[in-house]
Amino acid sequence: MTNPQTVPVTPNSANEETPLLKIRGLEVGFETQRGVVQAVRGIDLTLYQGQSLAIVGESGSGKSTTAQAVIGLLPGTGKVLGGSIEFEGNDLTKFSDAQFSEVRGSQIGYVPQDPMSNLNPVWSIGFQVQEAIEANGIAQGKEARQRTIEVLNEAGLSDASERLKQFPHQFSGGMRQRVLIGIGLSARPKLLIADEPTSALDVTVQRQILDHLQTLTRDYGTSVLFITHDLGLAAERAEQLVVMYKGKVVESGPSREILENPQHPYTQRLVAAAPSLASRRIQSIKSNTSSENDLKIFGQGSLDDALIARAASREAGAKTDLIKVNNITKVYEIRKQGFRKDKLLAVNDISFGVKKGTTTALVGESGSGKSTVAKLILQLEPLTGGSIEFDGVDLAGIKGDELLKFRRRVQPVFQDPYGSLDPQYSVGNTIAEPLLAHRIGTPKERFNRVSELLDQVSLPQATRHRYPGELSGGQRQRVAIARALALKPDVLILDEAVSALDVLVQGQVLNLLTELQTELDLTYLFITHDLAVVRLVADNVCVMQGGRIVEAATTDEVFENSKNPYTQELLEAIPGANIKLGA
Amino acid sequence: MPTNNTGHHRPGQKHFIASLAETPVAEIDQVDETGKARSTWTDAWESMRRRPMFWISSVLILLIVVVAAFPSLFVTYSPTECYLKFSNGDPQAGHPLGFTRQGCDVYSRIIFGTQASVTIGLLTTIMVTLFGGIIGALAGFYGGILDSFVSRIGDIFFAIPTVLGAIVVISVIPVRDAMSVSFVLALFAWPQIARIMRGSVLSARNSDYVTASAALGVSRFKTLIRHVIPNAIAPVIVIATVSLGIFIVAEATLGFLGIGLPGTVMSWGNDINQARVTVRTHPQTLLLPSAALSVTVLAFLMFGDVVRDALDPEARARR
Amino acid sequence: MLWYAGKRFLQMIPVFFGATFLIYFMVFAVPGDPIAALYGDHPPAPGVIETIRAEYNLDKPFIIQYLLYIGGLFQGDLGTTFSGRSVTDVMAQAFPITARLAMLALAIEAFFGIIVGLVAGLRKGKLFDASALVISLLLISVPTFVVGFVLQFIFGIQLGWARTTVSGAAPWGELILPAIVLASVSFAYIVRLTRASVADNLGADFVRTATAKGLSRRRVVTVHVLRNSLVPVVTYLGVDIGSLMVGAIVTEGIFNINGVGGTVYRAITLGEGPTVVSFVAVMVIIFVLANLLVDLLYAALDPRIRYAN
Repeated sequence: MTNPQTVPVTPNSANEETPLLKIRGLEVGFETQRGVVQAVRGIDLTLYQGQSLAIVGESGSGKSTTAQAVIGLLPGTGKVLGGSIEFEGNDLTKFSDAQFSEVRGSQIGYVPQDPMSNLNPVWSIGFQVQEAIEANGIAQGKEARQRTIEVLNEAGLSDASERLKQFPHQFSGGMRQRVLIGIGLSARPKLLIADEPTSALDVTVQRQILDHLQTLTRDYGTSVLFITHDLGLAAERAEQLVVMYKGKVVESGPSREILENPQHPYTQRLVAAAPSLASRRIQSIKSNTSSENDLKIFGQGSLDDALIARAASREAGAKTDLIKVNNITKVYEIRKQGFRKDKLLAVNDISFGVKKGTTTALVGESGSGKSTVAKLILQLEPLTGGSIEFDGVDLAGIKGDELLKFRRRVQPVFQDPYGSLDPQYSVGNTIAEPLLAHRIGTPKERFNRVSELLDQVSLPQATRHRYPGELSGGQRQRVAIARALALKPDVLILDEAVSALDVLVQGQVLNLLTELQTELDLTYLFITHDLAVVRLVADNVCVMQGGRIVEAATTDEVFENSKNPYTQELLEAIPGANIKLGA
Repeated sequence: MPTNNTGHHRPGQKHFIASLAETPVAEIDQVDETGKARSTWTDAWESMRRRPMFWISSVLILLIVVVAAFPSLFVTYSPTECYLKFSNGDPQAGHPLGFTRQGCDVYSRIIFGTQASVTIGLLTTIMVTLFGGIIGALAGFYGGILDSFVSRIGDIFFAIPTVLGAIVVISVIPVRDAMSVSFVLALFAWPQIARIMRGSVLSARNSDYVTASAALGVSRFKTLIRHVIPNAIAPVIVIATVSLGIFIVAEATLGFLGIGLPGTVMSWGNDINQARVTVRTHPQTLLLPSAALSVTVLAFLMFGDVVRDALDPEARARR
Repeated sequence: MLWYAGKRFLQMIPVFFGATFLIYFMVFAVPGDPIAALYGDHPPAPGVIETIRAEYNLDKPFIIQYLLYIGGLFQGDLGTTFSGRSVTDVMAQAFPITARLAMLALAIEAFFGIIVGLVAGLRKGKLFDASALVISLLLISVPTFVVGFVLQFIFGIQLGWARTTVSGAAPWGELILPAIVLASVSFAYIVRLTRASVADNLGADFVRTATAKGLSRRRVVTVHVLRNSLVPVVTYLGVDIGSLMVGAIVTEGIFNINGVGGTVYRAITLGEGPTVVSFVAVMVIIFVLANLLVDLLYAALDPRIRYAN
């Protein structure tokens, strides 16, 4: 570093052809008990001043490790094994700790992934921002305090001066992320690394924050290195794409080119599996206007033609409601200071029906009450008001055998594939548990039923003896589905069942669910925050906000002709929704 | 390397496509069928058996338990055959550690004293783990009034330090034997295990697999037994192992104060108490049983440490 | 914060009554003649039994006995010792000595424990860390009374650097050796706790973010890692006051210190039951009050507690 303190406000046009960041042949490994495991295997990447570039990949692709290597913060036993990372011509891999701390903050800013864990809980927000400003020599003392307020205002916290003394736990996730963006940009770095900056946030908040980040970096001429798993988001926010797979770059280049014409089979899979992009396929099948600019359907891992065809031909038939929810309300009592109790209206007078053999989606952001509805229907929590009918019978006060009978017919699949399986139970025992609980069959019959179920969810028979800890997220979710199917239910309540999965795995599970629905005539209540997925699987949609249903209609109506401003906002916020493909 | 040459590209930013030979695309999400199936317990075992500390502490504990169970196998002279002519005598053939003030063989007394310490350590641990564990599990799982009640009662017992409480009660109970001393220690020590079990059960109770098991129609109590307790027991096992050592220290402290087991019972605490008078002239009669005591406690502490590392899910995740 | 302090204080009240009730109950509700049991093998002087009976209102129902005791407590009457002296008087003289000893011990264990734990946590897996772990395990497994005798023997008798017994007034200087003895086990626990906490925090996301801000390593370690690691250590200190009390009985006994612990020690070895009970009850009350203070300190360190609903 010749002079790390210089902070150019405008991009230097003189070195148009000297990249700001040039990575060549970078290799990163982690030392484990079983030897060195390579996470990054020789990647190249070039980023110029003022540009934005996104590294896209699934978990384990090495995308975050690459970012951490650039800023010299590899976790644990991580080490750069080879190659170079040139930042303005200086090789960062040869930097000492002291040299790195000169570059961090002032030259390279960093916005981390999870706003909940990235601010120190014991220091005030103001302290943590001011600390960054002072450490990078931007200002000291009173001046630094003034600058802190400016930085936070710029990051979108309008009441910053009043909130400086507050602590992270008093801020919402979105606000904390704004603080982190403020910290990352506080010293006007030339490069900002944004590692999944919004993946923990609701879509509408995500959109606002990304828009804001885009404005700021454009104004300051900051280059941005995005790390993301979301191809739609990457293509929408970055000019350049680098697609990583198992530690290598499989394809890179201008975003538009890659999206329109993916060449590597892996990229093709990714493009084909992205729900946000798949909606376009549905559109084109429906309108019968296939053209050259359509996204092509690529082999394995993509969303099946069957799924797409089913999605295109969904209609609200004149079937009967299997589940009928009438004016239900759920109030939670929250203990506040003293003996006061606050009432939280989680579900506020909502009604809807789920028709037999169809999929109804319940969409909403966190806190909308959608998961509470799932618990209420599953009879896991008592209703405060209203009634729920299943197959014509009011569920109020059912217990004993009646309740067991109901449980056999309505089964849940939960979001977190790591939490919904008991880690101490083998897969075989997990799937057999409902049979055992309802005393169905002999041990031999149960054994055979488990085999059949493993086949149904396309898991090899050997999986029976494995434990959840040995399976991937997608495989666990298949086990959870197999367990839910064990009692041959009529209804599956899928609570964010695919939200935590990588996009290719998500595609696979969605395909599986569509197949099973046709094969077993299942009814789905599909609870999700992700409208793009809804487009693929649902016949009817209920949009929830603040405990109420703000719009209920067929999927087509919602996507093509929504009248509700909140629904429109959600639709707009789907990453990749605004990409214009085909010139 | 095939490249797409449409449009203007700055150096290094051309549309690059890796050759398929170098980046083969694997099946999505295949089940790894290699290797043995590994449950959390086999995992813990695998990580434990690679630690030398595990083997050292296990062998020590095994030895201590055998000595406690069959002390006569290890001695040639009776610990109660004491001759005042040997009072505070130096080591000699057959008496490697010398004699106590009363002229008893120090080595034999240490061997025979093992039983008292190990018995009280074990008994107290069993009582505390069973009582505290069950109470904590029920309070954490069922919550509500039961939980509030148990927690408040626990707070009260917790406010009385174990040995302090034991000093008061022991000074008034009519019979002092291994059972009653263990009971008194357990009386003031159970809230710790109850608190740990409660917290652990509470976090297991809120996991999705418990909700799932309710939705499957498994009864509440069966869910507690089959899913919640097996997943919540690990921290209790760790604390129980460490506590065993701590209870042995507590018993010795009571013995040192002269209110442990009656003087007629052979125990390290009593011998240390007896040796106090001559500590300035013959420190070894005090230090030798103390060393035996410390080695025993150390063995259980080391074992607890290894078990903690093996069962700690975060430590496992970091591997 | 004020709200939190008030809440803690209210929560302390049932614990206070519960704990004193419990001790009272344990002593006076055991089968047999409690007075005889209290005196064990040392039969009291003639007339003492009657005095004791009257003192503890043994002729009245149990609950009345307890209420009378509590009533006395609030009027500053903590009971009577074996020899008939008022516990309050003995406390007035002995408590300052024990308080000094305990403060010295707390300062020693906290200061050295945190420093050693911090260095070990920062060098996890290195030689320093491994030795710190082994030494702390050893210290925990050697009971306080053994450490007391060993240090007394080495520094008092062999080297002659310190007095083997502490004089009546117990000046600070003479209390250093006993304080080290008293601190030894807790020091080991604090080392282990700090080490684990520092190692955890080093891997925390907010520490990575702090480094990414451009802060120096020194600042990251002190302001973010160490500061956060203090929270569990302070929580531990609360529990530790309890073990310090037991330790004080042993240590003051060995070094012949005229503090609260020494008084209890002599009462135990002489079989003076009533004295033991009165003083232990007072110790438990001090423990409850000290824990209230620690809770407030904890809240001062952790804003999540301070501002929680």
